[in-house]
Amino acid sequence: MRFLIEQIVSGLTLGGVYALIAIGYSLMFGVLKLLNFAHGDVYMVGAFIGYFVLTGLGGPSHLTVPVAVAILLMLAAGGLGSGLLGLCIERVAFRPLRDAPRTSPLIASLGISFLLEYSVLLVFSANARSYNTSAFIPFSTSITIDGVRIWAVRIVVVIFAAFVMYTVRTLLVRTRLGKQMRAVAYDREAAAMMGINVDRTISTAFFVGSVLAGIAGVSFALVFSEITFNMGFLAGLKGFSAAVVGGIGNVPGAMFGGFAIGLAEAFSTGYISSTYQNVITFGILVAVVLLRPGGLFGRVKLQKV
Amino acid sequence: MSEPPKIGSDEWVARSHERVEGGAGARGALIRIGARVGWWWRLAGCVVVAALIPHVTSSGYVVTVGINTLLLALLALGLNVVVGWAGLLDLGYVAFYGFGAYLYALICSDQLGGGVHVASEFAIPLVMIAAGILGFVIGSTSRRVSGDYLAIVTLFFGEIFTEVVGVDVPGVTGGPNGVTGVDPIHAFGAQITSINGYYYFALVVTVIVMAALHLLDSSRTGRAWRAVREEPLAAELMSISVNRLKILAFVVGAVIAALAGTIFAAFETGTYPTDFDTSFLVLVYAAVILGGAGSIAGVVVGAVVVSVMLEILRNPTEAGYIFYGLILVTLVGRLRPWRTLAAVLAALVVFGVAVHAIAAAISSAAVAGGPQSQGWIGVALRYWVVVPVNATNLGNWGYGLLLLAVVGLTRVGRTVRLVLLVPTIYLASFVWETVLVTNPTTTREILVGVILIVLMIARPNGALGVRRVEVAT
Repeated sequence: MRFLIEQIVSGLTLGGVYALIAIGYSLMFGVLKLLNFAHGDVYMVGAFIGYFVLTGLGGPSHLTVPVAVAILLMLAAGGLGSGLLGLCIERVAFRPLRDAPRTSPLIASLGISFLLEYSVLLVFSANARSYNTSAFIPFSTSITIDGVRIWAVRIVVVIFAAFVMYTVRTLLVRTRLGKQMRAVAYDREAAAMMGINVDRTISTAFFVGSVLAGIAGVSFALVFSEITFNMGFLAGLKGFSAAVVGGIGNVPGAMFGGFAIGLAEAFSTGYISSTYQNVITFGILVAVVLLRPGGLFGRVKLQKV
Repeated sequence: MSEPPKIGSDEWVARSHERVEGGAGARGALIRIGARVGWWWRLAGCVVVAALIPHVTSSGYVVTVGINTLLLALLALGLNVVVGWAGLLDLGYVAFYGFGAYLYALICSDQLGGGVHVASEFAIPLVMIAAGILGFVIGSTSRRVSGDYLAIVTLFFGEIFTEVVGVDVPGVTGGPNGVTGVDPIHAFGAQITSINGYYYFALVVTVIVMAALHLLDSSRTGRAWRAVREEPLAAELMSISVNRLKILAFVVGAVIAALAGTIFAAFETGTYPTDFDTSFLVLVYAAVILGGAGSIAGVVVGAVVVSVMLEILRNPTEAGYIFYGLILVTLVGRLRPWRTLAAVLAALVVFGVAVHAIAAAISSAAVAGGPQSQGWIGVALRYWVVVPVNATNLGNWGYGLLLLAVVGLTRVGRTVRLVLLVPTIYLASFVWETVLVTNPTTTREILVGVILIVLMIARPNGALGVRRVEVAT
């Protein structure tokens, strides 16, 4: 029982991170119908920005500001920095390719992924950096459920992720901007005819998605400490898988998918084998995509001529 | 030069014969002469040139590069069948290459034990058949999913492959240590022992594959593939069996990749998981796209360019030629009229010399580092680019600034851009001499990324690709 709870907690933390990435993917795929391989690297850049904010605030063991302020600042800076990066990427690489064949922006996003990853490698070297979160939030800061101690950072990360997801959902459902995004996702041309500024809407979707990725990056690093230049590719892949499992373009689905992937990964690590966790995760995904091509909550679009 | 008419307009249709004949002037004449020489003669010419390479050089290094180039060309040819002809985005393609290499390595070494040790004349066909079956299985997914979803499924297959060979399946894949002690290619009593032998073997295989693909391209199947690529639904209505053709494309691609894999495993006498990772996939895609997906000659040219360029980038001095050469070619190609070009070049020289003089006047340490490029580029740059001692940190900041500056350049108006171009290029040169040259492996990957992005924006259909006529729906 204790082991089960531990796995669930670990799965939920990981799932929160994947869900944030997945929602970003969903938003971007929704408006641009583009698989953005650079998204995972935006997440990585977010984690690095958080690290430098932490260092700027005195480093993990000599924080000059209260812990809560430091964490909020890291999340805000990571999110904002990633958001601006996403905006830049969209403006420079994807906007000129609006009318190009479908593969062109895909390949361009592979290029951006390479550029970001190896730029970080070049400037910050291949050494892993550590947030060393336990130096400012000791492991003893925890709550106990059924004898299992849950580190406070995990709880903070999951709650914050849930809060961010709720905000994004509200943004999509309640606001004018959300309506515009949904309209562009549904039919870009028709949306333009209705007077919606399509370019601005797409930019906004990229900004919001990238902010989520940045927050996910900082959250991940807070819990798992280590960050490296190549952490983005696999995380991006899993976040994307989460979006696919939930039915891409569907925000609650992406959220569910994120948690499902996180839990699946935690359980396969805990109960089957940690060596094959990625194989198992990807195996599940292949099965889901093949059995339900539209995702668990999506519907397969009928092809109209 | 006047603007060419818009594709699909009446004028465009009326002037179609000019395009067929390659236009006017010297370029048109060249194209017409080229067209008169048949495809087979052109292939023969290229083969003769390629076959002479081991004779004009005595360096084993050059021939090794040649083998790697041929392998990349084979892979690009195979991927071209899947992506360029059938229009299926296969992001797990390198897994077939790895599969071929690993399977050959396993059955042609003592890794499996138990007397499993096969001669090449059986091993190579066996690997190809097995790869064909794998291609059939993975290709079967295209019955259910298409487009981006197919890309994802194949990507997952690719990742599963790297994960599986990356962990140590006991006694089989060897994990990170890979499979070693693989036999060289030996068939019917003969054995390939020299590098030159492998080069010729790879060349023969490549030529056979090119010839077979050329025949396939103009066959019924080739035309059906193109129909499937353009519009699966319409193709199906024309009684083309879409699913079967898609699977066939996967099978053909997989067999070619596995064939390349066997040569790789035999030549390297071993296989390692890192040889088949995603960055290699991106290289193969770069080759296909650079050459223009869909054309046999194009993808081979793309493979040669990518492979040779990456090889040159290993050496700082030669990498410098490429770097400054690319900048110069871009300036010459993009800046019109020539007065602007001359002004920018002159401004560059003056700016650099001035900055260098000012920096030298302030502190001699600021220019004490000297450019990292050797050769005449290094000499030419000595009084132009400022390189302080211990410049790595400064170079890193410069690199960040350079990325921002380039993004900024794409956002400003033409006049401002021309003015800002000069300091940006100077900054690029500074960054190159301080950090990029000293990290050749990282620089290679960065350049691949940049080239992919720029190429896609400048020519969405590939450098040598033809713009397809889009039919409005």
